[in-house]
Amino acid sequence: MAEISKEQVKHVAHLARLALSEDEVEKMTKQLGDIIDYAELLNELDTDNVEPTTHTLDLKNVMRKDEPRKWINKEDALKNAPDQQAGQFRVPSILE
Amino acid sequence: MSLFDYTLKELQEKLHNKEITVSDLVSDSYTRIRDVDDQVKAFLTLDEENAMEKAKQLDEQLGADASILYGVPLGVKDNIVTKGLRTTCASQFLDNFNDPLYDATVVQKLDEQNTVTIGKLNMDEFAMGSSNENSSYQKTRNPWNTDYVPGGSSGGSAAAVAAREVFFSLGSDTGGSIRQPAAFCGVVGLKPTYGLVSRFGLVAFASSLDQIGPITRTVEDNAHLLQAIVGHDQMDATSADIEIPNYSEALHQDVKGLKIAVPSEYLQEGVNQEVRESVLNALKVYEDMGATWEEVSLPHSKYAVAAYYLLSSSEASANLARFDGVRYGVRSENANNMLDMFKMSRSEGFGDEVKRRIMLGTFALSSGYYDAYYKKAQKVRTLIKNDFDKVFEDYDIIIGPTTPTPAFKIGEKIDDPLTMYANDILTIPVNLAGVPGMSIPCGFSSEGLPIGLQLIGKHFDEQTIFKAAHAFEKATDHHKKRPALGGDQ
Repeated sequence: MAEISKEQVKHVAHLARLALSEDEVEKMTKQLGDIIDYAELLNELDTDNVEPTTHTLDLKNVMRKDEPRKWINKEDALKNAPDQQAGQFRVPSILE
Repeated sequence: MSLFDYTLKELQEKLHNKEITVSDLVSDSYTRIRDVDDQVKAFLTLDEENAMEKAKQLDEQLGADASILYGVPLGVKDNIVTKGLRTTCASQFLDNFNDPLYDATVVQKLDEQNTVTIGKLNMDEFAMGSSNENSSYQKTRNPWNTDYVPGGSSGGSAAAVAAREVFFSLGSDTGGSIRQPAAFCGVVGLKPTYGLVSRFGLVAFASSLDQIGPITRTVEDNAHLLQAIVGHDQMDATSADIEIPNYSEALHQDVKGLKIAVPSEYLQEGVNQEVRESVLNALKVYEDMGATWEEVSLPHSKYAVAAYYLLSSSEASANLARFDGVRYGVRSENANNMLDMFKMSRSEGFGDEVKRRIMLGTFALSSGYYDAYYKKAQKVRTLIKNDFDKVFEDYDIIIGPTTPTPAFKIGEKIDDPLTMYANDILTIPVNLAGVPGMSIPCGFSSEGLPIGLQLIGKHFDEQTIFKAAHAFEKATDHHKKRPALGGDQ
């Protein structure tokens, strides 16, 4: 049985940049535990000699020419931003 | 009978004979939406003024060489970006995303064929869900019985077509999100081969699985819509550069001698009796047309759901990192520093299911757990893909149910994530293998809810699916039934 602790849930929430309330941590600990428990099913399978699949297409790297091209201008890039100043995205202070 | 009961071919005849105009089609669409969408709740955003204006222009420009999609009303799932038209992914995080900068490649391609975009369709938030109950705006309802879910995540896209609010629509399918709602709503939904349709402009959920596809009332129209959206796109690094066949030509080919594989795992326990009977009846129809079928095994099917949730959630946790409250979307007003701004914006903007999957994915990718969960799931994915490859060595097509049961009631499964996930058990393996799959109507339950037949083809062999689906449609009447909504009889 996979154990996931409340502390682990809080750590993962920090990694995922989510602020969870105590109630949410409680609920998430139970639900993630259940899902991870279920995922233990995969351990029935011996996969020692199996290659992982990242996706199903036989793709080759395709490089385009490294040339500047018209895409989005600055005004457009900023127009859906929650906050901006002097032609740039504005964010709260990084340092306390 | 509404204009939306005709086929594309019939509509074009009427347009060219001047029996109808594009303006008639587009205003019919909005009239129908006004009549029934308070029951169905499929639409999040309408674009009536622009659509009517475009219709007028198209009426003036109609020429003899017009495309078969000319002037036809289209609905677009709300995770497909539309220039200048609000695109929310049914998430509060994108509540203010009113002015997207560009059209997705599929939208651009359809614009070149002169379809008319009517509006944006409801979905589970960021395409995570199987019932549309995870939309942060509204619960779309099943047009056949509004106490039931339409399926998900492309529930709005399937319900709007079934309800004749639009002629056809675009959805996206990561683990069944086109096929499952198509089955629940009694319409035709195709998830094309991974890589066949460009995802540029599709808000990414799980990039190794996501695919855009057409939802229509008939198989023939599905082929026409697919034809318009396929093709290599240099804006999508996973877009396949292959020769594109003519899908309509495949429609009328004979299914005599077609070798059908029926996975025993797809008819076992958990699959409802009425669904099983409908599928067996469908196989009988194929036998009568000269096809043969045999039971086969896809032995790793039972591992697909677990592998899928680990892989798709891992990819989602990376893809959804872009929602940080800096460049677009909603920013929390309660944060005093940058880190809190990220955390609080995301926590206020995302719903429960999205948070749950981001958490699961972050956990599966985190140091110490990566090999045990993420990499293990990737290896199991190989085994699942090999199952399909093996069957396709001896058979032309795989046929089974799309879902284990018909639509369930609103509220029935929402509190138990694992029960909800199990609903996708027959569609998920198809995404993991990257092969194409279609759902077509093959019957109705005793409660009058549609049942879907799933047809699965080889990589890039959509033609065989169209051939088999069209033959079945010609031999049966399931697709001709329509839900009773508003004043309909």
